[in-house]
Amino acid sequence: MSDPTGVIIAGAAETDQVGRLPNHSTLQLHLEGALNAVADAGLSLRDIDGIATVSSPGPVQVAHALGITPGWIDGTGVGGTSFLLHVRHAVAAIRAGYASTVLITHGESGRSRVGTAPFRLAASSPPGQFEAPYGTLGPTTTFTIPALRYMKEYGLTHEQLAYVAVAQRRWAAKNPRAAFRDPITVEDVLASRLVAYPFHLLECCLVTDGGGALVVASAERAAEFPKPAVYILGTGESSETPMISQMVDFTESQAFRRAGQAAFAEAGIGVSDVDHLMIYDAFAHVPIYGLEALGFVAKGEAGAFIADGNTEPGGPLPLNTNGGGLSYTHTGMYGMFAIQEGVRQLRGGAAAQVGGPQISVILGNGGMFATSGVLVLGRQRR
Amino acid sequence: MTAKFIPVPTPETQPFWDGCAEGVLRIQRCADCGQPYFYPRPVCPACASRNVAWFTTSGRATLYSYVINHRPAPGFEDETPYAIAVVQLEEGPRMMTNIVGLPATPEALELDMPLQVRFERRGDVSLPVFGPAAGKETAR
Repeated sequence: MSDPTGVIIAGAAETDQVGRLPNHSTLQLHLEGALNAVADAGLSLRDIDGIATVSSPGPVQVAHALGITPGWIDGTGVGGTSFLLHVRHAVAAIRAGYASTVLITHGESGRSRVGTAPFRLAASSPPGQFEAPYGTLGPTTTFTIPALRYMKEYGLTHEQLAYVAVAQRRWAAKNPRAAFRDPITVEDVLASRLVAYPFHLLECCLVTDGGGALVVASAERAAEFPKPAVYILGTGESSETPMISQMVDFTESQAFRRAGQAAFAEAGIGVSDVDHLMIYDAFAHVPIYGLEALGFVAKGEAGAFIADGNTEPGGPLPLNTNGGGLSYTHTGMYGMFAIQEGVRQLRGGAAAQVGGPQISVILGNGGMFATSGVLVLGRQRR
Repeated sequence: MTAKFIPVPTPETQPFWDGCAEGVLRIQRCADCGQPYFYPRPVCPACASRNVAWFTTSGRATLYSYVINHRPAPGFEDETPYAIAVVQLEEGPRMMTNIVGLPATPEALELDMPLQVRFERRGDVSLPVFGPAAGKETAR
């Protein structure tokens, strides 16, 4: 059996709660996730010699607050997919001998905004000069812009777009931690208020508070840890554009495709090997772009594929089984939660467990189709 | 009411904003490989040449994609909902813009419809926006 990276996820946990947590600062959410993940790995903070997290509050702050003196630091902050890139970079660091036990943390008071850095776009930056003057206001007004082009080119209907939210709600109904669990219909989605046409409220992600963390280590140490190892079989990362207006083609994500190809190639797998899939779903169109970029369906087919029930409970390709950013939780940088659900499914402890999956693929998005990371995770070495 | 966001030019983008102030949409083209491109920067994104030059576009474009935003950004309260669009210039590059002179409805905003640049005063700069193409180009 081969083991493409020789590195595992040894510990994984979310904060005790996700949702509305006004008594937790962003930093506190990092620390709670970190302590839970280190305990999950059966380790103490003294064992951690590498730290990775996004720029705010940053790896120096998180390490210091936990009393960690790192010998390896990664502050990659490229949006909600950053934690997938941290995993990839941690694999490289462990293989290089720069670190042995890496802690990757996420925490974000996205809803309550306690201890969060204010978002302020520089008026002289390219997005400040060439996008913000047109009344953009965060992801709802930018991430959403490509969708109408896709709908015209490939005939995706409003009902099919709405069905993405319906399918994910069916998973969320099985997850007691999910923010929204009541079943919804296409009619409910299309009757919810317009946020930015063609997107209705129920086609946009939640905004919540929460966090989570991972402990990454060499596969040679798998027997040291109390929980079943999750093997990192392949990883990929890429970027496309800092401005949605400059995407090469509004009907596809170049970053998703490149990151996916790299991860699948490293793992030596094809789409038919995948038992479980997580695709970052800040908005209902993103899983459609993700399914096509990874090659699960041909261009233009993903809307019908989801509407035909293929990705919902009972379907052959379980997708976003925690309920996703649309129904489970979305702190602003959702990638950590997508990884956590992949780990839970492979270990066999998910709320909506899908049998005994051998391979779970996680596709992360950063910014507005700006960046991507992909992880291929396995229950065993290949 | 808070004011709308005002862009701040940088040295490499100043000729673009100077063009807008003169009422023309001026972008760059690579003098080596011929690639026209936007946003302004001193190197060709196609071939990495630094031999790039400014030229004046026709100002004609087509509607590539858009959203109709119902939650106003600061300063847009009185015109909500409004269209945040990406247009494709006749010369090829795409840019974000607002659509003016047409109702912000899916019925009025058909993808690929012809548009023409116009300019809106915003603080010390003129901002390119797009409206229905004038004259025979609008025959539909």
